[in-house]
Amino acid sequence: MLDVTRSSPPIASIRGLQVAFCTEDGPVLGVKDVSFDIHPGETLCVVGESGSGKSVSSMSLMRLIDYSGGIIQKGELLFDTGAAAPVDLAQADQALMRQIRGNAISMIFQEPMTALNPVFTIGHQLTIGLKLHKGLNSQDARARALELLQQVRIPEPDRRMTQYPHEMSGGMRQRVVIAMALACEPKLLIADEPTTALDVTVQAEILSLINQLKAETGTAVLFITHDMGVVAQIADRVVVMYRGDKIEEGPVEAIFDAPQQAYTRALLAAVPRLGEMQGTTLPEPMKLVGEAQSTSAPITGTDDVLLKVENLKVRFAVKGGLLRRHVANVHAVEDVSFTINKGQTLSLVGESGCGKSTAGRAIMRLLHPQSGQVILDGQDMMALSKRQLRAARRDVQMIFQDPFASLNPQIQLAEQVAEPLRNFGNRRDPAIMDRVATLFDRVGLPRAFMRRYPHELSGGQRQGVAIARALAPAPKLIVADEAVSALDVSVQAQVLNLMMELQADLGVSFLFISHDMAVVERVSHQVGVMYLGRIVELGPRAAVFENPHHPYTRALMQAVPIADPRKRHLIDSLAFRPIPSPIKPVGHTAEPSQYQQVGPDHWLLTNNHYDAADASQTN
Amino acid sequence: MTVLKSQSRSSQILRAVLRDRLGMVGLVIVTLVVACALFAPWIVPHDPNAMNIQDRLQGPSLQYLLGTDQLGRDIFSRMLMGAQIALKVALPAVFGAMVIGMLLGMIAGFGPEWLDSLLMLVFDTIRSFPTVMFALAVVALVGPSLNTVILVVMLTSIPTYARVARTQTMSLRSADFVMAARAAGTSSPRILAIHLAPNTVGVLAVLMAMDIPTVVALEAGLSFLGLGVKPPTPSWGALLKDGYALIRQTPWLIVAGGLPIIVTTLGFTFFGEALRDAVDPKVKKGR
Repeated sequence: MLDVTRSSPPIASIRGLQVAFCTEDGPVLGVKDVSFDIHPGETLCVVGESGSGKSVSSMSLMRLIDYSGGIIQKGELLFDTGAAAPVDLAQADQALMRQIRGNAISMIFQEPMTALNPVFTIGHQLTIGLKLHKGLNSQDARARALELLQQVRIPEPDRRMTQYPHEMSGGMRQRVVIAMALACEPKLLIADEPTTALDVTVQAEILSLINQLKAETGTAVLFITHDMGVVAQIADRVVVMYRGDKIEEGPVEAIFDAPQQAYTRALLAAVPRLGEMQGTTLPEPMKLVGEAQSTSAPITGTDDVLLKVENLKVRFAVKGGLLRRHVANVHAVEDVSFTINKGQTLSLVGESGCGKSTAGRAIMRLLHPQSGQVILDGQDMMALSKRQLRAARRDVQMIFQDPFASLNPQIQLAEQVAEPLRNFGNRRDPAIMDRVATLFDRVGLPRAFMRRYPHELSGGQRQGVAIARALAPAPKLIVADEAVSALDVSVQAQVLNLMMELQADLGVSFLFISHDMAVVERVSHQVGVMYLGRIVELGPRAAVFENPHHPYTRALMQAVPIADPRKRHLIDSLAFRPIPSPIKPVGHTAEPSQYQQVGPDHWLLTNNHYDAADASQTN
Repeated sequence: MTVLKSQSRSSQILRAVLRDRLGMVGLVIVTLVVACALFAPWIVPHDPNAMNIQDRLQGPSLQYLLGTDQLGRDIFSRMLMGAQIALKVALPAVFGAMVIGMLLGMIAGFGPEWLDSLLMLVFDTIRSFPTVMFALAVVALVGPSLNTVILVVMLTSIPTYARVARTQTMSLRSADFVMAARAAGTSSPRILAIHLAPNTVGVLAVLMAMDIPTVVALEAGLSFLGLGVKPPTPSWGALLKDGYALIRQTPWLIVAGGLPIIVTTLGFTFFGEALRDAVDPKVKKGR
């Protein structure tokens, strides 16, 4: 770890910052009164949930806040430009700000898809800043750009210079964004949720990269995140924010070992930690701060099979050429089989594009599988006619990732929860509203919310409504597709507990689809790890997590940032690993999945395409 | 949560329109024009068709606020009655086009691909006719009348509404809440009716408000050419036509025909723009 000399003057210090936003209902304070320092060569993590004002502070430092409707009402933003006295950026004019932005302070944004301009090549976007700020000529700028691409460990930098952003993967693009941010050797690098949109394995690479670059260049890093795991992995010091106020500040070990404030303690308690279920075999609700734990018993479920999926295959046609002919297939789900018992949860876990969501939707027949069998409680879902299928849907319901998108903005909440009841019963039955009211009670929402519209609720409350809707027809199986990944960590914990409580009380089964290993460990009876459309490892949760056999499962678990600053495992090898494509030409016959038993009910895919050699190079 | 009181979307939209200053102006003008059209027969100072040869081609006076035309008819009364004719054409034509366009557009966006292609082909064919030429041809065929104008306007504006409805339907078709409805066993017609239609109608209402001035101008244009409503029915276009011929005798006919068209256009446009901002919060600028 870097030794931060406290005696050195801070590179930037925020003093008593207050920022207001003009809204239609009058000014709203984004940040009330926040002060903190950033010293050269240190990584300061600002952590908080949505609406805490963590991004507002950094946007103020760049004075980008002026462009998003914010006004700095009070406070100083002192920045050391190397001159005799530090400059107060709160008073600086835009001409001075233009010299500072991208030059002395630069920024990495969350979404690598939108941070790059799609119509210019990588080379053009890298060199333009160098020409502008450093006055380099074309040749020197190009040479420096190549150097930067090498610095962020992008293979074949020469070829990349001529590529457009869409030709690169998300992780690669984020590397380019970092290279751009480093182009002018900034004194301060602001990273605003730079890994939130990335897969865990890519996240681990980017975090390690930022850490190494900090050591190489000595730049200070202001790192903004909502993820306590990421904080533990990268921070030197931590600032915890809540509703526009700084709650707590301190060295990372102190924050994790002895948090002073109740909010910090609650936040830390809500983080599911990988490995904390060790020694248990059954999922159980999390213990949250300030909540009476009445139903903290493990959930056993039964051994009766509810859902049996066999050899499921889903392919999407890729059309191309002038005549839009069928040129290739995306093998989204390739020969997947598993079973779910009544009252239990099976999780499909994997990174984006591995086919886990497609598998979930195929089981519900929301899209059409190429082949395979899905038998739910003795009924063959694939053989149903359209009419029969609609009737069968009351047995399988779904919870979606984004509670903003999965509720119709125009319809009252009670009516949305009532929708499945109206479809499966007498449409005008007066008892429906009573049932809806009990469902609202069940998911812990006040009955007054029944007459509200989705935009009047917070994200967690909306997900509660979505769960109530899924429960309405008393289904046997609920497919939860990334149901908690869009929620803040404390809300996520509550929703997870609610789901587990419902499972214990009602005996409903879950197919839980997630990318988050720690959440999966918490809720699952069985786990299937997916990679490139296949389940590479399937078995009881305890077996898969405590004794992972497949190299991909191991890589996935190693990449998860652990919320403990003493267990840092940053990757040494930063070489970029390309992911093989699931797109195959028409007529390609995929070999069937072959499994080898490695324990009771624990299966390992033997014909895998995962290159184990470069995944195991972690420390 | 800042919003404590539950309010429906429509009342929110109305509030947003009223908050917008230009939207407020637009709403006032729209209300005035509609009120004129509704109550014209009762508020006109003179019978708009009564001829009074002694008082022909007079200037403005207390008796005749905007003077009289070549037949001694009160121009002010004819202008007020003109509002009725303008809206009698514009409202049914635009409303009819919206309803039919929305229906066809949603079917195109939701239905099978071949039906979509077929409907789009028809729409594109209709759209490729220039509206005025098409109107001239139809009028020449069946003769000028109020209903002909309505029919022509309706037919030529259906494709615009249909295209917008189709795009909206297609973008919402795979939205999570539609997926959720499907997973909840909702049938396709019901998904169209309760999930897609309410989310489409707002966009079309905006289009409708913006379309009314075009139709008013088109009706005036046809009447100006003598192909719209038949004389002596007072219409803004007919006033302009007479004013054009009598420009040396009295300027007030041109004013009475032209000014209401300009004011109505501005009013509906302001209102439409405010409505658009209210319906789609994304276009709202950081004010």
